[in-house]
Amino acid sequence: MLPEAHHAHHPALAHQFDSLGQQKEAATLGMWVFLLTEVLFFGGMFLTYAIYRAWYPAAFAVASHELDVTLGTINTVVLITSSLTMALAVHAAQLGQRKLVLWFLVATMVLGLAFLGIKSVEYYHKFEEHHVPGPGFQFEREYFRHAQLFFSLYFIMTGLHALHMVIGIGIMLVMFWWTWRGTITRDYYSPIEISGLYWHFVDIVWIFLFPLLYLIGRHGP
Amino acid sequence: MATVILPPRHYLNDGYGIASWLFTRDHKRIALLYLAGVTFFFFIGGAFAVLIRLELATPAGDLVSDETYNKLFTMHGVMMVFFFLIPAIPAVLGNFLVPIMIGAKDLAFPRLNLASWYIYMVGATFTTYAIVTGGLDTGWTFYTPFSTVSSTSQVIPAALGIFVTGFSSILTGLNFIVTMHRMRAPGMTWFRMPLFLWSTYATSLIMVLGTPVLAITILLVAVERVFRFGFFDPTLGGDPVLFQHLFWFYSHPAVYIMVLPAMGVISELVAAFCRKPVFGYSFVAFASVGIAVLGFLVWGHHMFVAGQSVYAALVFSILSFLVAIPSAVKVFNWTATMYKGSISWDTPMLYAIGFIGLFTIGGLTGLFLASVGLDVHVTDTYFIVAHFHYIMVGGTIMGYLGGLHYWWPKISGRLYNETLARISAGIIFIGFNLTFFPQFIVGYLGMPRRYHAYPPEFQVLNVLSSAGASILGVGYLIPMIYLMWSLRYGRLAGSNPWGAVGLEWTTTSPPPTENFAETPVVTWEAYDYGAPVEGHVA
Repeated sequence: MLPEAHHAHHPALAHQFDSLGQQKEAATLGMWVFLLTEVLFFGGMFLTYAIYRAWYPAAFAVASHELDVTLGTINTVVLITSSLTMALAVHAAQLGQRKLVLWFLVATMVLGLAFLGIKSVEYYHKFEEHHVPGPGFQFEREYFRHAQLFFSLYFIMTGLHALHMVIGIGIMLVMFWWTWRGTITRDYYSPIEISGLYWHFVDIVWIFLFPLLYLIGRHGP
Repeated sequence: MATVILPPRHYLNDGYGIASWLFTRDHKRIALLYLAGVTFFFFIGGAFAVLIRLELATPAGDLVSDETYNKLFTMHGVMMVFFFLIPAIPAVLGNFLVPIMIGAKDLAFPRLNLASWYIYMVGATFTTYAIVTGGLDTGWTFYTPFSTVSSTSQVIPAALGIFVTGFSSILTGLNFIVTMHRMRAPGMTWFRMPLFLWSTYATSLIMVLGTPVLAITILLVAVERVFRFGFFDPTLGGDPVLFQHLFWFYSHPAVYIMVLPAMGVISELVAAFCRKPVFGYSFVAFASVGIAVLGFLVWGHHMFVAGQSVYAALVFSILSFLVAIPSAVKVFNWTATMYKGSISWDTPMLYAIGFIGLFTIGGLTGLFLASVGLDVHVTDTYFIVAHFHYIMVGGTIMGYLGGLHYWWPKISGRLYNETLARISAGIIFIGFNLTFFPQFIVGYLGMPRRYHAYPPEFQVLNVLSSAGASILGVGYLIPMIYLMWSLRYGRLAGSNPWGAVGLEWTTTSPPPTENFAETPVVTWEAYDYGAPVEGHVA
């Protein structure tokens, strides 16, 4: 049997591709291009943040001090750890260690859920403190308007980040199912790999969000 | 002449019934789904244009109220820009042709391609809902704070529709980029690709890089409107000019999403109907990429009167002038291709000639608008309206119709009535110029856009424009009729009715579902029409 003929019969090979290698390259490039669009999507918000922070540095620093740095730091550690377990899941998939893949995917999902749990506790506190922008917003008079701007950015940026986390956990569930039923094999693990790309990207967004939102003006004496 | 027969098996008879279309993953069928969608929304958007031109036939605001008029031009703009012009060429002709032109069986992600169509339709449904439940009056530009605070019209569903449709555009662009990188047939190098693919690639880059910025901007508008979060509302600490920057960062490049694919079509048409390789292939190819890149750096020319700094305006002005260079490269190269070519005046070529003339006028008047001083004089007048209609209607729609006529025999397997087609191409050209050329004059004389009443001295020019619009409308209806007619009664086309080169003409018409009986191996350059003068007496 020719090697090409063997590949043509691989159950994971889609009809439009000639080989699994071509299919993997296409999927990987597709994910990178998608992440590029995500950079621009978040980029619009980072730009908005950068302009308003440059205009109203004092208000942003004061408002930033209202965020819970401890919970933020814990969440950062949780998320970086989830990136580690994700990378380990990809590694295990490359080696064809199915059980390990499943365990690492579970660990990634649990850490992701922990992040979302801690995030909702933070949101709840902000709600209680009347720091949610809108008619009910309360803040010291001097910084009222621009602190509201800060919290608008805080909620939209962390909110969209959290939405990406939820989608990421959904993807991990699919990956878990595919690995469980044996679709993911040593020959065909690119779904896990490109899901990992997405997961790492979402983590990186947080790595930027954390200092920009939580740590303003904390480096001083 | 050998009798032409339909191939026994092709993508149109590979399954019948609604489900075989709604769940298809064949890029050719998805292209036809898009064709149905964009045609429908083109006529919806056109209906609003008819009402606008009827109102403007008399100086008094007598047909509709001022508020209704605001809604008419808004919904005309929204429908035409987001649901016709942006998807038209890439999603219909691009979808059909990209895999065939590179010798692939399908796009890289067929399911994603179908999903793009559904996303487009869902977005269109939201926006249509906004229209039938009261309409939208913000202008297609959604300027804040009017859109977030003052307007009482259906901003949210309309914005949601545009947000959703944006993802269709992003995913289509992504699919094209990956397909062109990873799926080219053996021997199909980048510099052997038809120029339509180069311009589609450049378009895809803009779709992928620009659309997400529009998405987030529209989302911020919606959040500001619903939850009173302040991003752009000055009373909440925001800055409305920031909205304009973010909006035009996408919406200026969006103009190139509309016109670049049309330029790609024109390159194909000029080569095929002059029987010559496109003059300066690599210049035309890189001009597409150059337009895409420069297009991202000129958005500030929409904001010369919006409180932008003088220095920013200066830089944006200079950069806007630079776009003229790659655009002119294309026009000159098409002209040079025609020079001493063996030109046949079939319908697609008529559209190509029309495009070159109209795009040149549209482009040159663009230079007026890139000059800060002159732009201040004509800002928000009919001069602007005329300028961008020369690009979008004179450019994009001429290119789209030219391409549709050129590839129709491939798409349907049948020929349309050439005489009717030539006549309607002429009607469209005359109607278009009669509609929009007077608008240059009336705009330069000072008639502002977006008002339903105007001083009586502008009536002659406005009546000319309205008369032209009715001729244009007839011109658009005729192709609808004879193209539909040809589906059943047209003569069979055979695989290569134009005697053109390119992989799409090497397969049957209509092509089989997998496009080629076996993967082609490309050993020739693009537009391999032989030496330019061979076979002709100079």
